[in-house]
Amino acid sequence: MNVYADFFYLLLGMIAFLVAATLLGEGLRKVFSGEGAKSFVEAYAARVTSWWGMVVLLAIAFAFGQGGVIVLFAFISFAALREFLTLTAKTRADHWSLLISFFVILPLQYFLIYIDWYGLYSILIPVYAYLLLPIASAVRGEPERFLRRVAETQWALMITVFAASHIPALLSLDIEGFEGRQILLIAWLVIVIQGADVLQYVWSRMFGRHPVAANLSRSKTWEGYAAGTASGMVIGVLLGWLTPFSIWQTALMAGMITLIGFFGSLVMAAIKRDKGVRDWGHLIAGHGGFTDRLDAVVFAAPLFFHVVRFFWTAS
Amino acid sequence: MERLRRIALRFVADVAGHGLVLFARLITAPRAIWAGVDPVPRQRIYFANHTSNGDFVLAWAVLPPNLRRQTRPVAASDYWLKSKLRAFAGRDVFRAVLIDRNPETRSEDPVEQMVRALEDGSSLLIFPEGGRNMGPDPLMPFKTGIYHVATKRPDVDLVPTWIANLNEILPKGEVVPLPLLCTVTYGAPIHLGEDETKEDFLARAQAALLAVRPEEDRVA
Repeated sequence: MNVYADFFYLLLGMIAFLVAATLLGEGLRKVFSGEGAKSFVEAYAARVTSWWGMVVLLAIAFAFGQGGVIVLFAFISFAALREFLTLTAKTRADHWSLLISFFVILPLQYFLIYIDWYGLYSILIPVYAYLLLPIASAVRGEPERFLRRVAETQWALMITVFAASHIPALLSLDIEGFEGRQILLIAWLVIVIQGADVLQYVWSRMFGRHPVAANLSRSKTWEGYAAGTASGMVIGVLLGWLTPFSIWQTALMAGMITLIGFFGSLVMAAIKRDKGVRDWGHLIAGHGGFTDRLDAVVFAAPLFFHVVRFFWTAS
Repeated sequence: MERLRRIALRFVADVAGHGLVLFARLITAPRAIWAGVDPVPRQRIYFANHTSNGDFVLAWAVLPPNLRRQTRPVAASDYWLKSKLRAFAGRDVFRAVLIDRNPETRSEDPVEQMVRALEDGSSLLIFPEGGRNMGPDPLMPFKTGIYHVATKRPDVDLVPTWIANLNEILPKGEVVPLPLLCTVTYGAPIHLGEDETKEDFLARAQAALLAVRPEEDRVA
Protein backbone atom coordinates (compact mmCIF):
# COMPACT_ATOMS: atom_id res chain seq x y z
CA MET A 1 0.00 0.00 0.00
CA ASN A 2 1.30 3.47 -0.65
CA VAL A 3 1.92 6.04 2.02
CA TYR A 4 -1.04 8.24 1.02
CA ALA A 5 -3.54 5.43 1.38
CA ASP A 6 -2.05 4.47 4.74
CA PHE A 7 -2.11 8.04 5.91
CA PHE A 8 -5.69 8.44 4.75
CA TYR A 9 -6.81 5.36 6.70
CA LEU A 10 -4.94 6.56 9.76
CA LEU A 11 -6.63 9.95 9.51
CA LEU A 12 -10.08 8.39 9.14
CA GLY A 13 -9.36 6.16 12.13
CA MET A 14 -8.21 9.13 14.23
CA ILE A 15 -11.27 11.18 13.33
CA ALA A 16 -13.60 8.29 14.14
CA PHE A 17 -11.78 7.80 17.45
CA LEU A 18 -11.94 11.50 18.33
CA VAL A 19 -15.63 11.74 17.48
CA ALA A 20 -16.24 8.81 19.84
CA ALA A 21 -13.99 10.38 22.50
CA THR A 22 -15.80 13.73 22.19
CA LEU A 23 -19.22 12.07 22.49
CA LEU A 24 -18.00 10.12 25.51
CA GLY A 25 -16.87 13.40 27.09
CA GLU A 26 -20.29 14.98 26.54
CA GLY A 27 -21.94 11.88 27.98
CA LEU A 28 -19.68 11.91 31.05
CA ARG A 29 -20.46 15.59 31.56
CA LYS A 30 -24.19 14.77 31.78
CA VAL A 31 -23.72 11.77 34.09
CA PHE A 32 -21.24 13.21 36.61
CA SER A 33 -21.90 16.36 38.55
CA GLY A 34 -19.79 15.86 41.71
CA GLU A 35 -16.83 18.22 42.15
CA GLY A 36 -14.10 15.56 42.03
CA ALA A 37 -15.53 13.76 39.01
CA LYS A 38 -16.18 17.08 37.30
CA SER A 39 -12.52 18.10 37.29
CA PHE A 40 -11.67 14.68 35.92
CA VAL A 41 -14.21 15.06 33.09
CA GLU A 42 -12.98 18.59 32.34
CA ALA A 43 -9.36 17.40 32.19
CA TYR A 44 -10.44 14.64 29.86
CA ALA A 45 -12.40 17.03 27.63
CA ALA A 46 -9.45 19.45 27.49
CA ARG A 47 -7.21 16.63 26.39
CA VAL A 48 -9.61 15.51 23.66
CA THR A 49 -9.83 19.11 22.41
CA SER A 50 -6.05 19.32 22.23
CA TRP A 51 -5.98 16.01 20.33
CA TRP A 52 -8.35 17.46 17.75
CA GLY A 53 -5.92 20.34 17.37
CA MET A 54 -2.98 17.98 17.00
CA VAL A 55 -4.71 15.82 14.39
CA VAL A 56 -5.79 18.84 12.33
CA LEU A 57 -2.33 20.44 12.50
CA LEU A 58 -0.51 17.20 11.71
CA ALA A 59 -2.85 16.47 8.81
CA ILE A 60 -2.33 19.92 7.29
CA ALA A 61 1.44 19.70 7.77
CA PHE A 62 1.58 16.20 6.30
CA ALA A 63 -0.33 17.42 3.25
CA PHE A 64 2.53 19.85 2.61
CA GLY A 65 5.11 17.10 2.91
CA GLN A 66 8.48 17.34 4.59
CA GLY A 67 8.65 21.14 4.51
CA GLY A 68 5.22 21.39 6.13
CA VAL A 69 6.15 19.06 8.97
CA ILE A 70 9.40 20.92 9.63
CA VAL A 71 7.66 24.31 9.67
CA LEU A 72 4.97 22.96 12.01
CA PHE A 73 7.51 21.68 14.52
CA ALA A 74 9.58 24.86 14.23
CA PHE A 75 6.51 26.82 15.35
CA ILE A 76 5.80 24.35 18.14
CA SER A 77 9.41 24.73 19.28
CA PHE A 78 9.03 28.49 19.20
CA ALA A 79 5.89 28.36 21.35
CA ALA A 80 7.49 25.88 23.77
CA LEU A 81 10.74 27.86 24.03
CA ARG A 82 8.73 30.96 24.76
CA GLU A 83 6.86 29.17 27.55
CA PHE A 84 10.09 27.77 28.97
CA LEU A 85 12.15 30.97 28.87
CA THR A 86 9.29 32.92 30.45
CA LEU A 87 10.00 30.95 33.62
CA THR A 88 13.80 30.69 33.62
CA ALA A 89 16.24 32.93 35.47
CA LYS A 90 17.39 35.88 33.38
CA THR A 91 18.47 39.49 33.66
CA ARG A 92 18.93 42.39 31.27
CA ALA A 93 22.41 41.08 30.47
CA ASP A 94 20.90 37.98 28.83
CA HIS A 95 18.79 39.92 26.37
CA TRP A 96 20.99 39.20 23.38
CA SER A 97 21.70 35.58 24.16
CA LEU A 98 17.96 35.01 24.46
CA LEU A 99 17.26 36.85 21.22
CA ILE A 100 19.87 34.66 19.50
CA SER A 101 18.19 31.57 20.93
CA PHE A 102 14.85 32.54 19.43
CA PHE A 103 15.85 34.06 16.14
CA VAL A 104 19.13 32.38 15.14
CA ILE A 105 19.53 29.00 16.83
CA LEU A 106 15.93 27.83 16.52
CA PRO A 107 15.50 28.61 12.79
CA LEU A 108 19.00 27.33 12.04
CA GLN A 109 18.34 24.00 13.78
CA TYR A 110 15.22 23.42 11.68
CA PHE A 111 16.94 24.58 8.52
CA LEU A 112 19.74 22.06 9.11
CA ILE A 113 17.10 19.37 9.54
CA TYR A 114 15.50 20.45 6.28
CA ILE A 115 18.79 20.15 4.37
CA ASP A 116 19.50 16.94 6.30
CA TRP A 117 22.90 17.96 7.67
CA TYR A 118 22.99 15.37 10.44
CA GLY A 119 26.57 16.16 11.48
CA LEU A 120 25.69 19.74 12.35
CA TYR A 121 22.12 19.56 13.66
CA SER A 122 23.11 16.96 16.23
CA ILE A 123 25.74 19.26 17.75
CA LEU A 124 24.48 22.77 17.00
CA ILE A 125 22.88 23.18 20.43
CA PRO A 126 24.91 20.73 22.59
CA VAL A 127 28.22 22.14 21.33
CA TYR A 128 27.92 25.52 19.62
CA ALA A 129 25.06 27.07 21.58
CA TYR A 130 26.40 25.56 24.80
CA LEU A 131 29.80 27.21 24.42
CA LEU A 132 28.98 30.40 22.55
CA LEU A 133 25.73 31.65 24.09
CA PRO A 134 27.15 32.22 27.61
CA ILE A 135 29.73 34.51 25.97
CA ALA A 136 26.95 36.83 24.83
CA SER A 137 25.79 37.02 28.45
CA ALA A 138 29.27 37.25 29.98
CA VAL A 139 30.44 40.24 27.95
CA ARG A 140 27.64 42.25 29.53
CA GLY A 141 29.42 41.73 32.86
CA GLU A 142 26.60 40.74 35.19
CA PRO A 143 27.77 38.04 37.64
CA GLU A 144 24.54 37.66 39.61
CA ARG A 145 23.10 34.11 39.28
CA PHE A 146 25.26 33.70 36.17
CA LEU A 147 25.57 29.91 36.18
CA ARG A 148 21.88 29.53 36.89
CA ARG A 149 20.97 31.87 34.05
CA VAL A 150 23.10 30.24 31.37
CA ALA A 151 22.29 26.71 32.55
CA GLU A 152 18.55 27.32 32.47
CA THR A 153 18.74 28.89 29.02
CA GLN A 154 20.71 25.90 27.75
CA TRP A 155 18.18 23.52 29.27
CA ALA A 156 15.35 25.37 27.58
CA LEU A 157 17.08 25.07 24.20
CA MET A 158 17.92 21.40 24.67
CA ILE A 159 14.35 20.41 25.47
CA THR A 160 12.24 22.71 23.36
CA VAL A 161 14.46 22.98 20.28
CA PHE A 162 17.04 20.20 20.20
CA ALA A 163 14.85 17.36 21.48
CA ALA A 164 11.68 18.54 19.73
CA SER A 165 13.47 18.87 16.39
CA HIS A 166 14.20 15.14 16.45
CA ILE A 167 10.55 14.50 15.67
CA PRO A 168 10.72 15.97 12.12
CA ALA A 169 14.29 14.64 11.83
CA LEU A 170 12.74 11.17 11.63
CA LEU A 171 11.78 12.11 8.06
CA SER A 172 15.39 11.99 6.95
CA LEU A 173 16.16 8.48 8.17
CA ASP A 174 16.91 6.10 5.29
CA ILE A 175 15.30 2.88 6.40
CA GLU A 176 15.49 0.12 3.83
CA GLY A 177 12.10 -0.74 2.35
CA PHE A 178 10.51 2.19 4.21
CA GLU A 179 11.36 4.98 1.76
CA GLY A 180 8.85 7.81 1.68
CA ARG A 181 6.91 6.42 4.64
CA GLN A 182 8.83 8.04 7.52
CA ILE A 183 6.01 10.47 8.07
CA LEU A 184 3.95 7.57 9.41
CA LEU A 185 6.63 6.98 12.03
CA ILE A 186 6.01 10.47 13.42
CA ALA A 187 2.28 9.73 13.65
CA TRP A 188 3.05 6.42 15.38
CA LEU A 189 5.38 8.06 17.93
CA VAL A 190 2.90 10.81 18.80
CA ILE A 191 -0.18 8.55 18.99
CA VAL A 192 1.49 5.84 21.09
CA ILE A 193 2.84 8.32 23.64
CA GLN A 194 -0.31 10.42 23.85
CA GLY A 195 -2.50 7.35 24.14
CA ALA A 196 -0.30 5.74 26.78
CA ASP A 197 -0.09 9.03 28.67
CA VAL A 198 -3.84 9.40 29.05
CA LEU A 199 -4.27 5.70 29.95
CA GLN A 200 -1.48 6.04 32.53
CA TYR A 201 -3.53 8.85 34.07
CA VAL A 202 -6.68 6.73 34.05
CA TRP A 203 -4.92 3.65 35.56
CA SER A 204 -3.26 5.83 38.20
CA ARG A 205 -6.63 7.22 39.24
CA MET A 206 -8.32 3.84 39.21
CA PHE A 207 -5.85 1.69 41.07
CA GLY A 208 -2.74 3.75 41.67
CA ARG A 209 -1.48 3.35 45.27
CA HIS A 210 2.19 4.31 45.22
CA PRO A 211 3.07 7.71 43.77
CA VAL A 212 6.35 7.79 41.86
CA ALA A 213 7.18 11.10 43.52
CA ALA A 214 4.37 12.39 45.68
CA ASN A 215 5.93 15.84 45.96
CA LEU A 216 5.93 16.30 42.21
CA SER A 217 2.68 14.82 41.04
CA ARG A 218 -0.07 12.83 42.70
CA SER A 219 -1.43 11.60 39.38
CA LYS A 220 1.68 9.59 38.46
CA THR A 221 1.92 6.24 40.25
CA TRP A 222 4.05 3.13 39.80
CA GLU A 223 0.89 1.12 39.08
CA GLY A 224 -0.11 3.68 36.45
CA TYR A 225 3.37 3.61 34.90
CA ALA A 226 3.34 -0.20 34.65
CA ALA A 227 -0.18 -0.45 33.24
CA GLY A 228 0.44 2.61 31.04
CA THR A 229 3.55 1.06 29.53
CA ALA A 230 1.61 -2.12 28.80
CA SER A 231 -1.16 -0.01 27.22
CA GLY A 232 1.42 1.84 25.12
CA MET A 233 2.78 -1.48 23.88
CA VAL A 234 -0.71 -2.64 22.90
CA ILE A 235 -1.45 0.61 21.03
CA GLY A 236 1.98 0.42 19.37
CA VAL A 237 1.42 -3.12 18.13
CA LEU A 238 -2.12 -2.35 16.94
CA LEU A 239 -0.66 0.49 14.87
CA GLY A 240 2.39 -1.58 13.95
CA TRP A 241 1.50 -1.38 10.25
CA LEU A 242 2.75 2.23 10.35
CA THR A 243 6.28 1.15 11.27
CA PRO A 244 9.14 -0.79 9.66
CA PHE A 245 9.47 -2.95 12.82
CA SER A 246 8.51 -6.58 13.40
CA ILE A 247 5.88 -7.30 16.06
CA TRP A 248 8.21 -7.88 18.99
CA GLN A 249 10.40 -4.95 17.93
CA THR A 250 7.30 -2.75 17.78
CA ALA A 251 6.30 -3.80 21.28
CA LEU A 252 9.78 -3.10 22.67
CA MET A 253 10.01 0.26 20.94
CA ALA A 254 6.55 1.26 22.14
CA GLY A 255 7.45 0.22 25.69
CA MET A 256 10.67 2.21 25.55
CA ILE A 257 9.14 5.43 24.29
CA THR A 258 6.18 5.32 26.69
CA LEU A 259 8.43 4.75 29.71
CA ILE A 260 10.81 7.54 28.72
CA GLY A 261 7.80 9.72 28.04
CA PHE A 262 6.36 9.06 31.52
CA PHE A 263 9.62 9.90 33.25
CA GLY A 264 10.08 12.90 30.96
CA SER A 265 6.73 14.25 32.13
CA LEU A 266 7.91 13.73 35.69
CA VAL A 267 11.05 15.77 35.02
CA MET A 268 8.96 18.55 33.52
CA ALA A 269 6.60 18.40 36.52
CA ALA A 270 9.63 18.86 38.78
CA ILE A 271 10.63 21.98 36.84
CA LYS A 272 7.10 23.37 37.06
CA ARG A 273 7.11 22.76 40.83
CA ASP A 274 10.50 24.41 41.13
CA LYS A 275 9.20 27.48 39.32
CA GLY A 276 5.93 27.50 41.24
CA VAL A 277 3.54 27.17 38.30
CA ARG A 278 0.79 24.73 37.50
CA ASP A 279 1.07 24.90 33.70
CA TRP A 280 3.73 25.97 31.27
CA GLY A 281 1.67 28.48 29.38
CA HIS A 282 -1.73 29.69 28.39
CA LEU A 283 -1.68 29.47 24.60
CA ILE A 284 -4.38 26.82 24.51
CA ALA A 285 -6.92 28.61 26.71
CA GLY A 286 -7.49 26.70 29.94
CA HIS A 287 -5.41 23.73 28.80
CA GLY A 288 -1.93 24.84 29.72
CA GLY A 289 0.69 25.35 27.06
CA PHE A 290 2.31 23.43 24.24
CA THR A 291 4.96 22.14 26.61
CA ASP A 292 2.30 20.62 28.88
CA ARG A 293 0.82 18.66 26.00
CA LEU A 294 4.00 17.53 24.31
CA ASP A 295 6.55 17.06 27.10
CA ALA A 296 6.51 13.24 26.93
CA VAL A 297 6.82 13.14 23.12
CA VAL A 298 9.66 15.64 23.16
CA PHE A 299 11.57 13.66 25.78
CA ALA A 300 11.23 10.40 23.90
CA ALA A 301 12.00 11.78 20.42
CA PRO A 302 15.85 11.92 20.45
CA LEU A 303 16.16 8.43 21.94
CA PHE A 304 13.64 7.00 19.51
CA PHE A 305 15.46 8.73 16.65
CA HIS A 306 18.85 7.35 17.64
CA VAL A 307 17.66 3.81 18.31
CA VAL A 308 15.97 3.69 14.90
CA ARG A 309 19.00 5.25 13.26
CA PHE A 310 21.38 2.80 14.93
CA PHE A 311 19.46 -0.40 14.27
CA TRP A 312 17.50 0.30 11.09
CA THR A 313 19.68 2.47 8.88
CA ALA A 314 22.95 1.79 7.11
CA SER A 315 24.67 4.98 8.30
CA MET B 1 -8.80 69.82 2.24
CA GLU B 2 -8.14 70.12 5.96
CA ARG B 3 -11.00 67.72 6.65
CA LEU B 4 -9.68 65.22 4.14
CA ARG B 5 -6.28 65.38 5.79
CA ARG B 6 -7.83 64.68 9.17
CA ILE B 7 -9.78 61.70 7.85
CA ALA B 8 -6.64 60.31 6.21
CA LEU B 9 -4.68 60.81 9.43
CA ARG B 10 -7.42 59.07 11.44
CA PHE B 11 -7.33 56.16 8.99
CA VAL B 12 -3.55 55.79 9.13
CA ALA B 13 -3.67 56.00 12.92
CA ASP B 14 -6.32 53.26 13.10
CA VAL B 15 -4.31 50.99 10.82
CA ALA B 16 -1.16 51.65 12.83
CA GLY B 17 -3.09 50.94 16.04
CA HIS B 18 -4.32 47.60 14.78
CA GLY B 19 -0.82 46.78 13.54
CA LEU B 20 0.65 47.55 16.96
CA VAL B 21 -1.96 45.44 18.74
CA LEU B 22 -1.25 42.54 16.41
CA PHE B 23 2.50 42.93 16.88
CA ALA B 24 2.19 43.07 20.67
CA ARG B 25 -0.01 39.98 20.64
CA LEU B 26 2.39 38.10 18.39
CA ILE B 27 5.43 38.89 20.47
CA THR B 28 4.15 38.45 24.00
CA ALA B 29 0.94 36.42 23.53
CA PRO B 30 -0.49 38.54 26.32
CA ARG B 31 -3.36 37.24 28.35
CA ALA B 32 -5.83 39.40 30.23
CA ILE B 33 -6.91 37.97 33.59
CA TRP B 34 -10.10 39.59 34.84
CA ALA B 35 -9.82 38.84 38.56
CA GLY B 36 -12.26 41.13 40.30
CA VAL B 37 -13.81 43.11 37.46
CA ASP B 38 -15.46 42.11 34.20
CA PRO B 39 -14.43 43.45 30.79
CA VAL B 40 -17.50 45.65 30.44
CA PRO B 41 -17.55 49.17 29.00
CA ARG B 42 -17.86 51.02 32.31
CA GLN B 43 -15.98 54.21 32.87
CA ARG B 44 -12.81 53.30 34.75
CA ILE B 45 -9.34 54.44 35.69
CA TYR B 46 -6.96 51.52 35.25
CA PHE B 47 -3.85 52.13 37.35
CA ALA B 48 -0.86 49.95 36.53
CA ASN B 49 2.72 49.23 37.51
CA HIS B 50 5.31 50.65 35.13
CA THR B 51 8.55 48.83 34.37
CA SER B 52 9.02 49.14 30.62
CA ASN B 53 8.07 51.40 27.75
CA GLY B 54 6.25 48.43 26.30
CA ASP B 55 3.69 48.10 29.09
CA PHE B 56 1.92 51.17 27.85
CA VAL B 57 1.18 49.42 24.54
CA LEU B 58 0.47 46.11 26.18
CA ALA B 59 -2.06 47.12 28.83
CA TRP B 60 -3.86 48.92 26.03
CA ALA B 61 -3.58 46.09 23.52
CA VAL B 62 -5.06 43.37 25.75
CA LEU B 63 -8.27 45.30 26.33
CA PRO B 64 -11.18 44.07 24.19
CA PRO B 65 -11.61 46.41 21.17
CA ASN B 66 -14.68 48.21 22.50
CA LEU B 67 -12.92 48.96 25.80
CA ARG B 68 -9.73 49.89 24.01
CA ARG B 69 -11.50 52.53 21.93
CA GLN B 70 -12.87 54.02 25.12
CA THR B 71 -9.59 54.00 27.06
CA ARG B 72 -6.93 56.71 26.85
CA PRO B 73 -3.49 56.15 28.33
CA VAL B 74 -1.98 59.01 30.33
CA ALA B 75 1.64 59.56 29.36
CA ALA B 76 4.50 61.99 29.70
CA SER B 77 4.64 64.65 27.00
CA ASP B 78 8.43 65.02 27.32
CA TYR B 79 8.72 61.46 25.97
CA TRP B 80 5.85 61.36 23.52
CA LEU B 81 6.37 64.75 21.87
CA LYS B 82 10.10 64.28 21.30
CA SER B 83 9.79 63.36 17.61
CA LYS B 84 7.13 63.58 14.93
CA LEU B 85 6.68 59.81 14.86
CA ARG B 86 6.27 59.55 18.62
CA ALA B 87 3.85 62.45 18.59
CA PHE B 88 1.80 60.67 15.93
CA ALA B 89 1.85 57.43 17.92
CA GLY B 90 1.03 59.11 21.21
CA ARG B 91 -1.57 61.59 20.06
CA ASP B 92 -3.22 59.83 17.12
CA VAL B 93 -2.74 56.10 17.59
CA PHE B 94 -3.12 55.77 21.36
CA ARG B 95 -5.03 59.05 21.73
CA ALA B 96 -2.99 59.52 24.90
CA VAL B 97 -3.62 62.28 27.39
CA LEU B 98 -0.17 63.85 27.29
CA ILE B 99 0.85 65.52 30.51
CA ASP B 100 3.89 67.58 31.36
CA ARG B 101 5.63 66.09 34.40
CA ASN B 102 7.62 69.23 35.09
CA PRO B 103 5.65 71.76 37.20
CA GLU B 104 8.05 74.57 36.14
CA THR B 105 7.36 74.43 32.44
CA ARG B 106 3.82 73.20 32.20
CA SER B 107 0.96 75.33 31.01
CA GLU B 108 -1.79 72.90 31.98
CA ASP B 109 -2.49 71.08 35.21
CA PRO B 110 -2.27 67.29 34.61
CA VAL B 111 -5.13 66.63 37.03
CA GLU B 112 -7.32 69.04 35.07
CA GLN B 113 -6.41 67.28 31.83
CA MET B 114 -7.29 63.86 33.22
CA VAL B 115 -10.57 65.06 34.72
CA ARG B 116 -11.49 66.66 31.39
CA ALA B 117 -10.86 63.34 29.59
CA LEU B 118 -13.13 61.65 32.14
CA GLU B 119 -15.82 64.28 31.55
CA ASP B 120 -15.66 63.37 27.85
CA GLY B 121 -16.63 59.84 28.81
CA SER B 122 -13.21 58.23 28.32
CA SER B 123 -11.64 55.69 30.63
CA LEU B 124 -8.02 56.28 31.61
CA LEU B 125 -4.93 54.11 31.91
CA ILE B 126 -2.47 55.66 34.35
CA PHE B 127 0.89 54.72 35.83
CA PRO B 128 0.81 56.29 39.30
CA GLU B 129 4.48 55.58 40.03
CA GLY B 130 5.19 58.50 37.72
CA GLY B 131 8.05 56.81 35.90
CA ARG B 132 9.60 53.50 35.09
CA ASN B 133 10.50 51.36 38.08
CA MET B 134 14.11 50.18 37.79
CA GLY B 135 14.66 49.29 41.43
CA PRO B 136 14.38 46.02 43.29
CA ASP B 137 11.04 46.95 44.92
CA PRO B 138 7.95 45.77 43.06
CA LEU B 139 6.40 49.26 43.26
CA MET B 140 7.71 52.78 43.77
CA PRO B 141 5.73 55.22 45.97
CA PHE B 142 2.71 56.59 44.12
CA LYS B 143 2.55 60.20 42.97
CA THR B 144 -0.42 62.16 44.27
CA GLY B 145 -2.16 62.64 40.91
CA ILE B 146 -4.35 59.57 41.32
CA TYR B 147 -5.63 60.95 44.63
CA HIS B 148 -6.47 64.35 43.19
CA VAL B 149 -8.32 62.81 40.25
CA ALA B 150 -10.21 60.54 42.67
CA THR B 151 -11.33 63.52 44.79
CA LYS B 152 -12.74 65.20 41.65
CA ARG B 153 -14.42 62.06 40.31
CA PRO B 154 -14.99 59.70 43.26
CA ASP B 155 -17.67 57.85 41.27
CA VAL B 156 -15.24 56.37 38.72
CA ASP B 157 -13.92 52.84 39.44
CA LEU B 158 -10.19 52.67 40.11
CA VAL B 159 -9.04 49.29 38.77
CA PRO B 160 -5.63 47.96 39.91
CA THR B 161 -3.84 46.53 36.86
CA TRP B 162 -0.71 44.40 37.20
CA ILE B 163 1.48 43.92 34.14
CA ALA B 164 3.77 40.91 34.58
CA ASN B 165 7.00 40.07 32.80
CA LEU B 166 7.30 43.00 30.44
CA ASN B 167 10.46 44.17 32.09
CA GLU B 168 12.17 41.09 30.70
CA ILE B 169 10.58 41.34 27.28
CA LEU B 170 11.91 44.82 26.72
CA PRO B 171 14.48 45.87 29.34
CA LYS B 172 15.48 49.51 29.51
CA GLY B 173 17.82 50.45 26.70
CA GLU B 174 16.92 47.51 24.44
CA VAL B 175 15.08 47.90 21.17
CA VAL B 176 14.28 44.36 20.02
CA PRO B 177 11.64 42.73 22.24
CA LEU B 178 11.99 39.13 23.42
CA PRO B 179 9.01 36.90 22.66
CA LEU B 180 8.05 35.87 26.19
CA LEU B 181 4.60 35.31 27.64
CA CYS B 182 3.05 38.06 29.62
CA THR B 183 -0.13 38.62 31.60
CA VAL B 184 -2.18 41.66 32.54
CA THR B 185 -4.30 41.13 35.66
CA TYR B 186 -7.23 43.39 36.48
CA GLY B 187 -8.27 43.39 40.15
CA ALA B 188 -11.32 44.51 42.11
CA PRO B 189 -11.92 48.28 41.86
CA ILE B 190 -11.33 50.65 44.76
CA HIS B 191 -12.84 54.06 45.52
CA LEU B 192 -11.78 57.03 47.61
CA GLY B 193 -13.30 56.76 51.10
CA GLU B 194 -15.56 59.48 52.57
CA ASP B 195 -12.96 61.11 54.79
CA GLU B 196 -9.85 59.21 53.78
CA THR B 197 -6.58 61.15 53.94
CA LYS B 198 -4.25 61.40 50.95
CA GLU B 199 -1.62 59.21 52.62
CA ASP B 200 -4.11 56.53 53.59
CA PHE B 201 -5.61 56.44 50.14
CA LEU B 202 -2.27 56.22 48.34
CA ALA B 203 -1.13 53.42 50.67
CA ARG B 204 -4.39 51.57 50.07
CA ALA B 205 -4.16 51.97 46.29
CA GLN B 206 -0.60 50.69 46.37
CA ALA B 207 -1.59 47.67 48.49
CA ALA B 208 -4.50 46.95 46.14
CA LEU B 209 -2.16 46.90 43.15
CA LEU B 210 0.37 44.65 44.91
CA ALA B 211 -2.43 42.25 45.84
CA VAL B 212 -3.21 41.73 42.16
CA ARG B 213 0.33 40.62 41.35
CA PRO B 214 0.21 36.96 40.24
CA GLU B 215 2.10 34.30 42.18
CA GLU B 216 4.41 33.41 39.26
CA ASP B 217 5.63 36.97 38.98
CA ARG B 218 6.87 36.89 42.57
CA VAL B 219 9.24 33.92 42.32
CA ALA B 220 11.26 35.07 39.31
